[in-house]
Amino acid sequence: MPEHAINGAPLLTLSGVSKSFGAVRALVDSKLELRMGEVHALVGENGAGKSTLVKILAGVHAPTGGVLTLDGEPRAFAGPVEARAAGIAVIYQEPTLFPDLSVTENIFMGRQPLRGLRRIDASTMRRRTTDLFTRLGVHLDADRPARGLSIADQQLVEIAKALSFDARVLVMDEPTAALSGVEVERLFAVVRSLREAGVAILFISHRFDEVFAHCQRITVMRDGRWVSTDRVEDLDVGQVVRRMVGREISQLYPKQETQPGAAALEVSGLTRQGVFEDVSFTLRRGEIVALAGLVGAGRSEVVRAVFGVDRYDSGEVRVDGVRLPRAKPAAAIAAGVALVPEDRRQQGLVMQLSIERNATLPRRWSLARLGLLGWGAEREDASRWAQRLQVKAGRLSDPVSTLSGGNQQKVVLAKWLSTEPKVLIVDEPTRGIDVGTKAEVHRLMSQLAANGVAVLMVSSELPEVLGMADRVLVMHEGRIVEEIARDRADEESVMLAATGQRQGGAA
Amino acid sequence: MSTPTKAVAPLPTRPRGDVRGARRLFLVRELGIALVLVLLIAVTTIYNPRFLNAQSRKDLMLGASILVVLAVGQAIVVITRNVDLSVGSVLGLSAFGTGKLFLAVPDAPIVLALLAGVGLGLVCGIVNGALIAVARVPALVVTLGTLYVFRGIDHSWAAGQQINAADMPSGFKRMGTQTLLGIPILALFAIAVLLIAGYYLRSYRSGREMYAIGSDPAAARLSGIPVGWRVFTAMAVSGGLAGLAGVLYAARFGTLDAAAGNGIELQVIAAVVVGGVAIFGGSGSVYGAALGALLLSTIGAALPVLRIDPFWQQAVVGALILAAIGMDRALTARIASRLRGRRATGA
Repeated sequence: MPEHAINGAPLLTLSGVSKSFGAVRALVDSKLELRMGEVHALVGENGAGKSTLVKILAGVHAPTGGVLTLDGEPRAFAGPVEARAAGIAVIYQEPTLFPDLSVTENIFMGRQPLRGLRRIDASTMRRRTTDLFTRLGVHLDADRPARGLSIADQQLVEIAKALSFDARVLVMDEPTAALSGVEVERLFAVVRSLREAGVAILFISHRFDEVFAHCQRITVMRDGRWVSTDRVEDLDVGQVVRRMVGREISQLYPKQETQPGAAALEVSGLTRQGVFEDVSFTLRRGEIVALAGLVGAGRSEVVRAVFGVDRYDSGEVRVDGVRLPRAKPAAAIAAGVALVPEDRRQQGLVMQLSIERNATLPRRWSLARLGLLGWGAEREDASRWAQRLQVKAGRLSDPVSTLSGGNQQKVVLAKWLSTEPKVLIVDEPTRGIDVGTKAEVHRLMSQLAANGVAVLMVSSELPEVLGMADRVLVMHEGRIVEEIARDRADEESVMLAATGQRQGGAA
Repeated sequence: MSTPTKAVAPLPTRPRGDVRGARRLFLVRELGIALVLVLLIAVTTIYNPRFLNAQSRKDLMLGASILVVLAVGQAIVVITRNVDLSVGSVLGLSAFGTGKLFLAVPDAPIVLALLAGVGLGLVCGIVNGALIAVARVPALVVTLGTLYVFRGIDHSWAAGQQINAADMPSGFKRMGTQTLLGIPILALFAIAVLLIAGYYLRSYRSGREMYAIGSDPAAARLSGIPVGWRVFTAMAVSGGLAGLAGVLYAARFGTLDAAAGNGIELQVIAAVVVGGVAIFGGSGSVYGAALGALLLSTIGAALPVLRIDPFWQQAVVGALILAAIGMDRALTARIASRLRGRRATGA
């Protein structure tokens, strides 16, 4: 096969592939071409459709349209088993091993070598595992259980699994995100030897230094669409970032200029082992601060710790100079902090309860008379907020699950705004909301800031970050790597910091 | 990839943790139960030497056999991160069915009774498995429902009728009491079931896949394991074994009404948990579950000999379950820390 590798013949192609989940179009008319003996990078912002594409290659999702060819033959995989049988191996960001089973069993699960009467040939299986590890040049005990393996070692087990069925296409979804420097080097040593053996490798990463050092071609995706495919020699980091972002900032962001007041929220040295480290920032009244970064950078984890939902190991959180106790959301609410969570269906709303119930939930005690919560008080209060936020609902007594995503988000906002918070934390405030409602949510946040509320916004949407924030704090791998003022913030500066290209700044 | 990949220069070995020590700890579970069992028998025998005479030994084994058969089926289900609460009702249904069969055909061969009982249990297990697979309802809920449904069918079938030992053919009753080389026939059934199930789980792909499913169902799906089908099989096997246990029950006790096996499902789950099968699936063995069943039934026999109030028997069983779970947590934590390479304190 190595002689073919020199030709770099296309081994696997996707053309015109699209995938919709209900009304959401995750992938639109995208394409990809993988060649033998080539490491091909796939880059794009969060939500650009990379993971959907990977799952199509893995046979987990069937594309809604388009063609996948292997060796020039069009193929359709009915499931992961067929994709694997065709020689496609996928290593997910989070390795998918069975913690209770041995490393050997993990590699051969479902494909164990057999002896008479279809019994598993344990000794052959074990020997092949040690052979694989020798080939990869790693020292792992074939009999140890997968539980307790580091992420790096788990990935090596996954690679051994790919080798065990002679995979011709190896897809790696952000394999280096959780690895240390030495581990990354070891991984790339393995990847190089696979490439020399003629394997086609698809490498998904946010680390441009790795992409440029180890890949031959780069495909950029944006908003579920293919943008470009070029040889690395013809590109530089700036070009790639511009193509990834590539949007005009619309004038949808009605940011009101405000004068920041006194410090409302002070976070210093907040650390949780292995999740985020030494996070410090100050939030002043009347200010909107965005926490930007890639998925997995630790943004949601930080705000959850600030609000007291999750624990932290060290550091402190002060509201108006008063230190908040750890892991006590009730204390945070009492001190005037409100958190609008990322996943409103799971964490923000009680879906079966009525709109009015949901909206008044945090204040059920203050609204009650003699410990009894009257319908009148609840309804009156809820309708006032519904009007203010322009919630479009049939009746306030309808379950909140009947509302559209945007209106649900408004109910969550109403719920917390009615507590008259000093500090409002919003995690992905406009995810899954249509453009019109987005603007309303933005207007509301801006108005709140103008009224003196300190707003901390976690967002993966760059235009939203740039349009709304007075300051942008950029997180990368659990640390705040840069603080960018509004006038200096643009897509490139934020993206470069978020991908770890620029270290330093105000941490 | 048909040519071997060039070996990458090995990187310096990093400390990998005490793998062998961790593996040793895995055995501790089964050994621990065996030790407790030996201790219990020793103490009871010292207190009353008759505890280990031939008749008493036989009673011990007879008492454990039915529980072992049920525990093996339950262990297979629990390993896949499911549970079967309906086994007591299935046992009752099958036991009563066996009695009815002999009432209708007094000279029916024993093999027919066995086949009928296992078949009836299999049907119940298939109902459970199909409900879980099709309705996508957790096994806990499905089998809680069928626990009542199967028992209800049993009651309406029996309609207050009781079948007496006198109605059973003597050959069948002998199966419940006779021994072969000092081992009761019923215990031989249990041993055969145990060995077959143990060998299957160890040496067949589908057996290993049951462990994989219990260990991480999402990963199992991603690696193409037919999760629904395997869970269905586990439920069917558990039902079939409960059916077999019903026939053994009929042979042992002879006197049958619709209440046979009432509440035994909790004993079975207790045996499985005490035997070191993790309730969240993925680890443990049928041998451990069988040891757990043996221990529980021995406690039941030993406490009266030790003149301990029967009231305490339940408390002892409860304490044992808590101890088993506590030990499980402690072992898991210790194994994890060993594998991470940090030296566990002590040991």
